[in-house]
Amino acid sequence: MPRLIRFRDGVAAWAEDAFTAVDDDQPMPQGDVIISLARFQREGRDLLAQGRNLGVRLASDEEPEDLVVDLQRLSVLALTFPKFRDGRAYSAARVARERLAFRGELRAVGDVLLEMAVPLVRCGFDAAQPADLTTPEQWTHAARRFRHVYQRAADGREPAFAERLGG
Amino acid sequence: MYRYDDIDRETLADRAAEFRDQCARRLAGEMTEDQFKPLRLMNGLYLQLHAYMLRVAVPYGALNADQMRKLAHVARTYDRGYGHFTTRTNLQLHWIKLRDAPDILDELASVGLHAIQTSGNCIRNLTADPHAGATADEVDDPRIWAEVIRQWSTFHPEFTFLPRKFKIAVTASPKDRAAIRVYDIGLRLHRDDEGALSFEVLVGGGLGRLPHLGPVIRERLPVRHLLSYMQAILRVYNRHGRRDNIHKARIKVLVAALGPAEFARQVEEEWSLTDKAAVDLPGTELARIRAGFAPTGFETLPPVSAAFESAKASDKAFSRFARRNVMFHKTPGYALVNVSLKAIGETPGDCSADQMDVVADLAERYSMNEVRVTYEQNLLLPHVKLDDVPAVHAALVGAGLATANITLISDIIACPGLDYCALANARAIPIAQDIARRFSDPVLAENIGELKIKISGCINACGHHHVGHIGILGVDKKGEEFYQLTLGGSAEDDAAIGQVLGPAVSAERVAPAIDRLVEVYMRERRDGERFLDTFRRAGLPMFKEAVYAEAH
Repeated sequence: MPRLIRFRDGVAAWAEDAFTAVDDDQPMPQGDVIISLARFQREGRDLLAQGRNLGVRLASDEEPEDLVVDLQRLSVLALTFPKFRDGRAYSAARVARERLAFRGELRAVGDVLLEMAVPLVRCGFDAAQPADLTTPEQWTHAARRFRHVYQRAADGREPAFAERLGG
Repeated sequence: MYRYDDIDRETLADRAAEFRDQCARRLAGEMTEDQFKPLRLMNGLYLQLHAYMLRVAVPYGALNADQMRKLAHVARTYDRGYGHFTTRTNLQLHWIKLRDAPDILDELASVGLHAIQTSGNCIRNLTADPHAGATADEVDDPRIWAEVIRQWSTFHPEFTFLPRKFKIAVTASPKDRAAIRVYDIGLRLHRDDEGALSFEVLVGGGLGRLPHLGPVIRERLPVRHLLSYMQAILRVYNRHGRRDNIHKARIKVLVAALGPAEFARQVEEEWSLTDKAAVDLPGTELARIRAGFAPTGFETLPPVSAAFESAKASDKAFSRFARRNVMFHKTPGYALVNVSLKAIGETPGDCSADQMDVVADLAERYSMNEVRVTYEQNLLLPHVKLDDVPAVHAALVGAGLATANITLISDIIACPGLDYCALANARAIPIAQDIARRFSDPVLAENIGELKIKISGCINACGHHHVGHIGILGVDKKGEEFYQLTLGGSAEDDAAIGQVLGPAVSAERVAPAIDRLVEVYMRERRDGERFLDTFRRAGLPMFKEAVYAEAH
């Protein structure tokens, strides 16, 4: 089970994972769970009615728009990287944060590697389950490598053109 | 020319430091080659047949003298004393050692150069009209917009892992010198009667296995919305482009599958939901970048230069050079001087460190410190006084850079091919050399006139063979190098994908086949027709017969 790293104010740290990731063919355990979109569409309402905190895991060809109004009731949106080279989840993350105003935990799962630190954080992820053996210290360092950015994204960093206006 | 500010410079320094760290981890064995490969590729470092190749970005093909000298220094110090300019206006160094790569990136960063996004499935280094800022037919300086896109696309967090690589070209002239119809995105600037600028946006052009000419998906995009519209295009592609088959992952396949109208609708829908003000540059920043390209230092000169005219009258070689390689400048008394990297018998696009130094000196002394790289693998001094052209010519002659063959049959585009490249099926360079030698007589070449030959060593089409007037594609036939010829292609205003002539021929039969094709053209041409015009009028069969008749 990959461990969970959480970003707060640009610093990564190991985090307790209160959620159990549940596959579609597994029986539903007690407590807070992360389930697939298909299972959420079948069982989500009941689970929420039980007062559980709920997360949904989207495959890379599923889109946060598919969750529509339910998105705001979720505690976790887990976006899957089947391979680190598959960058669809970066667009999904920005849409969830910037267009759908999702404020819960945005978690990167799957083939999640240290070298993805910058785009993950910039696109609005605040949690990741690294598939490599990297540590939060390495993630903090990697995410801070660049002093400047050239475009606005979901992390609120001031882009170069705004910096120049200030300077 | 735009000068990098502290933000740009610090970004390059941060990138070089990151790569130094990654190289150290690889050399210490903390990373496997598999883990390291995508990281080095993102810094333009390929592992080829014999050594590492470093692809240095030349954004929109523009260099100053210091940058050119630095390229010479790197080629001399870390490589074998030469480099290869490519159809994407990059410089490739083919004999690099991994342990030197971090030092090279530091050296490049010191003059505002880098290898960022010269590989990988990201937005690549972009190209623009090499005549920018010098040609009378442009409605604006396309480098301004190219620089806007360069900054926006640098380390774009959402578009670093696209389905496939992504290339953008910009022009501001009705005459297309940037091949915008064969790019993932081609942008052409227009100015309306009130003076307002807009972009014509083409998406889904490309070469390779599935050549396409990009359709227009928006006729007039107000320039202030360039970046938000680009984000919309890239987002639709990132989310919906195919990822199951590397050969079908380029945006051209998505555009063709959806149809241009449906693709455009999806882009417009995404764009309508976009917070444009958050993405588009504020007017102040646009003005800052524009100021970086403002023309400075042009003198008021008469349109005719006595020195230039008398050199033409007295020196045949200079006269030919003036006809072929010197072009009108929008400022009276100035000219664009093309520097051919196609000396007969040499490798197209190759340039020695000493030659780079000569060009750098000429740029500094005679061309307002500017050099351009063209996608046709030549260099260009964009702002030379007509009075100075004889001196520039003399210096180029001394450096072996004065071949007067721009757009002629020996001005051949060729990829590095099997001499260097791990992807190639066949060699491209010796074929180009063969053809150039056969047509080395400058009188004959000029009589033949404009004829663009483009050679690729494999279907990936780095040599743009699909859009050559004559295209030559290297194929592998049971372990032997064969070459398929195509005719009638063009990358310009009259863009077209060439038609296959017939069965592939062996290496030694390529140059004789070109002979036959030229003979047919010379026999059939009517007043003022180029090879391409005659081919389009007369059709394929006559040319085909001439090449294949003797095979029987």
